[in-house]
Amino acid sequence: MSDLALNPVAVSRPPSVMRWIVLVAVSAAVIVFLLRGTLPALTAYPNDLVIPFKDWLAGLMTWIKVNFSWFTRSLTAIIDVPLRFAFNLLAKGFKFGTGDAAWTLPRLSWVGVTLVMAWLGYLYGGLRLALLCGLGFLCLALFKLWDNSMLTLALIIICVPFCVVTGLLFGIWGYHSPRVNQLLISPSLDLMQTIPTFAYLIPMLLLFGSSPVSALLATGLFATPPMVRATILGLNKVAPEIKDFADMAGCTRRQKLWRVLVPAAKPSLMIGVNQVIMLALNMVIISSMIGAGGLGYDVLLALRALKIGQAMEAGLAIVIIAIVLDRLSQAIAHKRPDAKQAETFIARNFNLLIAIALLGVTTLLGFVLPAFNKLPDGLTLTSAPYWKAGVDWLTLNYFDQIEAGRVFLLLYFLNPLRAVFEALPWFGVLLVLTALAFRLGGAGLAIVVGALTAVTAATGLWVPAMQTLYLCGASALVACMIGIPVGLWASRSDRVNAVVTPIIDTLQTIPSFCFIIPVVMLFRVGDVTAMIATVAFAVVPAVRYTAHGLRQVPQHLIEAGQVSGCTRWQLFRHVQLPVALPEIMLGINQTILLALSMIIICAMVGTRDLGQEVFKALAKADSGRGLVAGLVIAFIGITADRLITAWVNAMRARRGTA
Amino acid sequence: MTSPAAGAVDPRPVKLSCRNLWKVFGPHARDFMKQHEGSVTSADLDRAHLVGAVRGASLEVREGEIFIVMGLSGSGKSTLVRCLSRLIEPTTGELTFDGKDLLKASEAELIDIRRHKMGMVFQHFALLPHLNVQENVAFPLFIQGIAKAERDQRARQMIELVGLQGRERHFPSELSGGQQQRVGIARSLAVEPEIWFLDEPFSALDPLIRREMQSELMRLQNVLKKTIVFITHDFDEAIRLADRIAIMKDGEIIQIGTPEQLVINPATDYVAEFTRDVNRAKVLSAESLMGPATPAASKYTAVPAKAKITSFAADIVESPKPFAVVDGNGKVIGEVTPKAVIDLLSGRGWSAAA
Repeated sequence: MSDLALNPVAVSRPPSVMRWIVLVAVSAAVIVFLLRGTLPALTAYPNDLVIPFKDWLAGLMTWIKVNFSWFTRSLTAIIDVPLRFAFNLLAKGFKFGTGDAAWTLPRLSWVGVTLVMAWLGYLYGGLRLALLCGLGFLCLALFKLWDNSMLTLALIIICVPFCVVTGLLFGIWGYHSPRVNQLLISPSLDLMQTIPTFAYLIPMLLLFGSSPVSALLATGLFATPPMVRATILGLNKVAPEIKDFADMAGCTRRQKLWRVLVPAAKPSLMIGVNQVIMLALNMVIISSMIGAGGLGYDVLLALRALKIGQAMEAGLAIVIIAIVLDRLSQAIAHKRPDAKQAETFIARNFNLLIAIALLGVTTLLGFVLPAFNKLPDGLTLTSAPYWKAGVDWLTLNYFDQIEAGRVFLLLYFLNPLRAVFEALPWFGVLLVLTALAFRLGGAGLAIVVGALTAVTAATGLWVPAMQTLYLCGASALVACMIGIPVGLWASRSDRVNAVVTPIIDTLQTIPSFCFIIPVVMLFRVGDVTAMIATVAFAVVPAVRYTAHGLRQVPQHLIEAGQVSGCTRWQLFRHVQLPVALPEIMLGINQTILLALSMIIICAMVGTRDLGQEVFKALAKADSGRGLVAGLVIAFIGITADRLITAWVNAMRARRGTA
Repeated sequence: MTSPAAGAVDPRPVKLSCRNLWKVFGPHARDFMKQHEGSVTSADLDRAHLVGAVRGASLEVREGEIFIVMGLSGSGKSTLVRCLSRLIEPTTGELTFDGKDLLKASEAELIDIRRHKMGMVFQHFALLPHLNVQENVAFPLFIQGIAKAERDQRARQMIELVGLQGRERHFPSELSGGQQQRVGIARSLAVEPEIWFLDEPFSALDPLIRREMQSELMRLQNVLKKTIVFITHDFDEAIRLADRIAIMKDGEIIQIGTPEQLVINPATDYVAEFTRDVNRAKVLSAESLMGPATPAASKYTAVPAKAKITSFAADIVESPKPFAVVDGNGKVIGEVTPKAVIDLLSGRGWSAAA
């Protein structure tokens, strides 16, 4: 920007040497591409140079399995106790004795659970939330999905406290020693959050077998990182004066932590808890592949048998649970402490007693009225036929149009792009990415990016990695092309914003798995389906960050532009867009990361890329292959994230807003 | 010219004192200070990329005194008070509390001292958002493990003292800024501290509320007689409340004295700049304005030497004769002329007295 010429900071831009480095790297890459006939080793990574990471990892996993079976078995036995209790309490009922002497203590009545959910909603969010929670759970019962819903819920109820406590402890550790945080915790979290969900399943399957316990462990691993981050962030955000106060009041270290810092950081911590719940739900669904059971299993079975209606119904049940849990946990997080405090035991625990009474009475009533225990089949509904009819009608009447759209996308967008990406020479990409990293973030970033790219090539998975990159890139591109204009529109009109916000809030709540179901009905399996599902899943941050970035452009800058006589377009192009650009870039970054995670799940609908590699490894329980593919996916995510973040930081530093 | 109280030794014992206290931020600051044997210049610090937030501060706070540290932002006053309470570890220097070396206190001893002898009020109140007023005030007692009945009773007394009765169950977010700071004051007093640190307690409040809170503090101090270290960037506030003021600039204490001493005898132009617009009649006492006594002085109306000019200004300007200035024993030590007071009130200066 020439108007920055007078700004002294602008002088400290990277010197033109940087541009030369990038230019040289790009030309080298082009030369590598032109010489692919004479120097094929630089284009396609030579097979005999592949480092057998997957054999090493497989060996390691086998070694752990053999030598630590005592550990895995005892862990399974320990975790199984609360898990079984929760399953029995919510879904299965407690069975005692065998044969004729057998008798069953019934599970909690569906009426009771639904009423308690409504009561919770009422306590924390008033009538509206009560209706949402109550009706949501009523739907689960009505659509005959109660049993599996409760299995899913039981897993979450056991998993979330475990994740929260673990995350809190690690977060506290990271807060107390910034060194550990920087060297160990932060990189581990980055890796854990970019490794695709499937890749977690494979080692768990190997070590713990196909069971709810391994599903629980995979879920725990996947859902804990946001709690760690929220804890570190929250504790660091506590006002320094409050920390000083704790010392001046004579707190011991323990008192300072548990009586002052943690309670003062509670709002941030509750955001972490909300994220843990949502991620746990997402992962519990996916874990149905390794024996979690529950709603995810319903979806999986229905999808495999192409029973559209059933899949849709189970998917909707997941969405209902997701929305109820999200809204409820957010309401709890935002609830201010009550000004009135009761003195007696009964008054203090009034709400708890009501909940227990509701559950107890309805469950006991179940002995008299079986309908309280299990909703009679005569009263249940099913929407499956309607979904099927709807899809049939669409395919009957609009098959040609849908098919034409699908073929058009394939022929003129996806296939050419795929060809380009598959032809990219690994050495050229390595050069360009490293040079770019050097330009944006200096030597440190260049080393990280160069190493990650080189290792990707050395695993022998270069081509699948490029296929992943192609599908992810195409989806992210489309998501941005849709999301940024929508965000722009929402930033300009409060009415549009009022419509868009609840939609993206809901989209964000829905577990990734559920996006596939409606798309696969219409477009069948293949890259187009994968792309559409991914776009729907990944569009949210593009919209949100764009709207937010544009809305927070300071009013005085806009007024300065207007006073200078800008037209609306000039105002947007020269004032709003440049100021909001870093925020928008962060949105694009999030979109790319979400797209990457979704693309992998889309392996279920037949993509050909790293996701398929993981998926196949999962089917064969081939831990080495699956882990390596999972790590390569994480490398792609980390590379993209680091490059964009470095770019944003450079942009902000130049403006002095870092 | 000698300032009136300069020679007089304050009979009250020293509660808190520091000598040649330094706080230098940056890598290996302590080694650096050792190499330079405790005396470094700004240039030395700059060369070593260190920042001297507090530089060679020495002061003594006496029992029952309101000692004010005044400085603009970045002058190091907040760092100084945090060094005095050891919230920040001083780099070098001596720090004694009740005659004991505070820097040698172990963590356990320090916790004990803070629990029973120190109280602190913060600029942004630092109330715990998850506790109500009652619980906030009782918090320092709670962490000492005092039984609920007793701490509730003490907390109620403190809440009453600051005039917040009836709001015990409110949460900090439901209170106004002034009310929140009253809670902060009540909380810091709940342990009956011997020394009371107030770190810009009224800076975050509106001017009107600020004046009200200053009066409230004076009222409390008349009852409680605490030893107070009070930080402020507002010179008027300092003049209004202080027994003595330390003026800080760039980490150094440039002058310590009573408001009157600062006005009469500013050590540097910087101090003079602050004192220039001060209402002198409120600050100066009869003895600062008096000339030598004439033989007729014993027949004039007598005013005590320490009386502020404002307290008799209205009477003297209507009187044709000067007033006699008497010391504590009723002995005449000088006289004040109506003209001197009128000159002072009209801002024509008061050099006549010098």
